Amino acid sequence: MEQLLKSPLYERQQELKTKNVNFCGWDMPIQFDGIIAEHASCRNDVALFDTSHMGEFFFKGNIQTSGINEATSINIAALEIGKCKYGFLLNENGGVIDDLIIYRLSEDELMIVVNAATRANDLKVLNSRIRNASLTDRSMEFAKLDLQGPKSKEVLQKYFDVSLDTLSFFSFVETKVFGSYCLLSRTGYTGELGFELYIDADTSIKLWDSLIANGAKPAGLGARDILRLEMGYSLYGNDLSETITPLEANLGKFVNLSRDYVGKAALEKQKAEGLKRLLLPFKTTSRRSARKDFEVYQNNKKVGFVTSGAFSPLLNVGVGLAMIDTEGFDHNQSIELRDERSSIEANIASLPFITK
Amino acid sequence: MKKYSESHEWVEIEGDIASVGISSYAVEQLGDITFMELPEVDVELSKGDSAAFVESVKAASDIYTPISGTVTEANETLLDAPDSLNGNAEGIFIFKLKISDMSELETLMSSEDYEKYKETL
Repeated sequence: MEQLLKSPLYERQQELKTKNVNFCGWDMPIQFDGIIAEHASCRNDVALFDTSHMGEFFFKGNIQTSGINEATSINIAALEIGKCKYGFLLNENGGVIDDLIIYRLSEDELMIVVNAATRANDLKVLNSRIRNASLTDRSMEFAKLDLQGPKSKEVLQKYFDVSLDTLSFFSFVETKVFGSYCLLSRTGYTGELGFELYIDADTSIKLWDSLIANGAKPAGLGARDILRLEMGYSLYGNDLSETITPLEANLGKFVNLSRDYVGKAALEKQKAEGLKRLLLPFKTTSRRSARKDFEVYQNNKKVGFVTSGAFSPLLNVGVGLAMIDTEGFDHNQSIELRDERSSIEANIASLPFITK
Repeated sequence: MKKYSESHEWVEIEGDIASVGISSYAVEQLGDITFMELPEVDVELSKGDSAAFVESVKAASDIYTPISGTVTEANETLLDAPDSLNGNAEGIFIFKLKISDMSELETLMSSEDYEKYKETL
């Protein structure tokens, strides 16, 4: 059996009533009290997620000359110190090797946050694209806690001297918590006000206990998946892959075609030729939800496949994303989501599914 | 007295009518239940047939009838409140049927045997 990696918080979480799953090689909690209750904690109050499976790379070198600025879609040279940005590590065909966030730590230092499943390959690819610079995978040194929800700021403020009001969306500070290093980032994957904290293992245990004592509700990857899908945020491995480009994934606003980077030429060509398929959001007409790999039909013709699907507790219907062949597709006509067992009626929707 | 199937349905018998539900173990595995499809009244079902269908935040699953018979009632309150099963799976029936072969009851597990069976899973 595969030896699963464990978060530093594994023992703590086992003391709670948790259900774990193998998530990208990590033994992570999918739920604590229940996915719908955890979802509500995040939307109405404050939820605490352990995302220690995420990978952290540290880069040091010249941004302009090392190749790092052309290694991903992110224009790091234009990124201010103290800011971070979302973008893609692309292959030559414009397919997504990973989606990532790059933090500008200093003039010549970056933190690059990547997905657990793609971490080893990301490191290899990035290293092949840079020269006269160092790139270190420090993922196993870092735990990561995400505190998300309308009350996250008020709960978190007491741990920091810096006013959290000064942190704008996609900004961060390097500071300390319980005397140890903490990169505190005003980011998240839920659509709520929220923060992500990059800290060491021991600190993560202290902070986990303390945040829960201060009212944060532990939440698992199940709730996280619904929360991100209600906002229409992509999940790598579902909505993004090596064979799906950011343009096809409807993420064109995150790729700047006026600068050069690996994969850009392919994106430009795809744009000029017109997209043959597009990731579209759908809402079912009932409480039913389709899952990944359901087939999509319109007028009994197969027109695509579901990449993500879940029940939205806020909307009381199923929501999801589907890759749709655009030719002849009628956005205003209903679709059917099918697997061997079920046929679910749905309509094309717009993002985000919920208004924040 | 309640009896259980290996696929985690329970039956409770009153005269020749069986109430069928799913065990709290099954519901715990499914997580929060979001959707329920019920059988039509008067439909004849054979032991092991798919009789109902449930979706949760994590999974989707058929519910099989543990015993043959004709459906006499479906619990329509579950259509609007399928999550009521999350708190009380052992106390809420999903459908009832008129039993066609009482001897099939002998193939099902007692509560004690079901407890032991769960430990083997």
